[in-house]
Amino acid sequence: MTELLVGTRKGLFVLEGEPGSEFDVTGRAFAGDPVEYALRDPRSGRVLASVTSPFYGPKIWYTDDLAGDWAQADGIAVPERGDAALERIWVIVTGEADDRIYAGGDPGVLFESRDGGATFQLNRGLWEHPTRVHWQPGAGGLCLHSIATWPGEPDRLAVAISAAGVWLTDDGGATWRRGNEGLVARYVPDDVPADQIALCVHSLERAATQPERMFMQFHGGVYRSDDAGETWADIAAGLPSDFGFPLALDPADADSAYLIPLTADTDRVTPDGQVRVYETRDAGANWTPRSDGLPHERAYLTVLREAFDRSGHGETMELYFGATSGAVFGSGDAGTSWFDVATHLPPVLSVAATEGRQTDR
Amino acid sequence: MPVVHLRQPLKRLAGDRSEHAIAGATVGELLLELERAHPAASGWILDERGVLRRHINVFVNGELGGQDTQVDAEDRIDVLPAISGGSARP
Repeated sequence: MTELLVGTRKGLFVLEGEPGSEFDVTGRAFAGDPVEYALRDPRSGRVLASVTSPFYGPKIWYTDDLAGDWAQADGIAVPERGDAALERIWVIVTGEADDRIYAGGDPGVLFESRDGGATFQLNRGLWEHPTRVHWQPGAGGLCLHSIATWPGEPDRLAVAISAAGVWLTDDGGATWRRGNEGLVARYVPDDVPADQIALCVHSLERAATQPERMFMQFHGGVYRSDDAGETWADIAAGLPSDFGFPLALDPADADSAYLIPLTADTDRVTPDGQVRVYETRDAGANWTPRSDGLPHERAYLTVLREAFDRSGHGETMELYFGATSGAVFGSGDAGTSWFDVATHLPPVLSVAATEGRQTDR
Repeated sequence: MPVVHLRQPLKRLAGDRSEHAIAGATVGELLLELERAHPAASGWILDERGVLRRHINVFVNGELGGQDTQVDAEDRIDVLPAISGGSARP
């Protein structure tokens, strides 16, 4: 039984099922409020959810029992009496160290928890970075949306901020440096100083078995890095569009990546009325559409940044993505075929498949 | 002292009391003191800048007010979610 935590404009939906048939809705929480992201920490079983109440602001909540009560995590705020307020938490990621959890959000903030998500501390190195005054927000705000941990090395992280680019740390977040060489921002003049270009990264993922390798969906561009994010090479040739938001990797294959292209930044729907996931198994040299079972005509879907996830690996890897139409699609065979997971949810903001979770249902 | 009236979920966060007599000269001062006295409510009404959240409405004796609205000892202050809150993604 696979568990999906689906964040929607109207609350959190817990879906459970077997690949190949529609999943059951086995739980709801935060009904009516936007749930930006939710995940279950596979180490503890704890579920954490980012909820942006339109009235009361962004919070992270956690529970050890989806049928029980939720508690508000402490520390999810920027320093008081400054010029900024926390707008939204975009993503929550489990860290490499025990009980370490990261949360990223707007305005370009990284929070770290060392107690499994009950309390968080703001990463001061990034918050007080001297270049922050030049950071520009993307359409979704100044969102820190991608946090790539390094297997076995808790102090090494890469984060991506729209539109402040990629930031790398080797000392647990005490110091940060840019990792943007090779990225081309087609939406700014050529003579903008390099340190002031608004680099609109849309998604960033690290290959588990070869951590120096990373893949990126950019705002007009798809890139790969083989040196831990220091430099990037364009690998978009062969895709119907180099615009899109989420990406997923097969943790067993460092040459793999999955994308869901959208037509363009001015037309953020699936191209040609067809929903297609594109797969590479050669690090981006070639891309193959994977659409068996997906809508193939009159389908103009928008798939948001955090609405694509996987569990397992290899030929039986499960892939799941949701659209703002409220549809969720899944694959139990690494994208070879697809099925409807849910068809009529509220607009989907995020999808997280719980890794390795087996239930008795 | 002016009295701040809360409904759920703010009531629960403020000691499960709906009425709070607080000393202060403006709505902003009252709300700041309310959040200080009840840390569980911190950040729910005012953001980190100390600014009233966009979709929270404050009424002083039944009239829509703002953070800078002056209050007197006999005033009643109602803190309510605005009906605009669900109209757009924040």
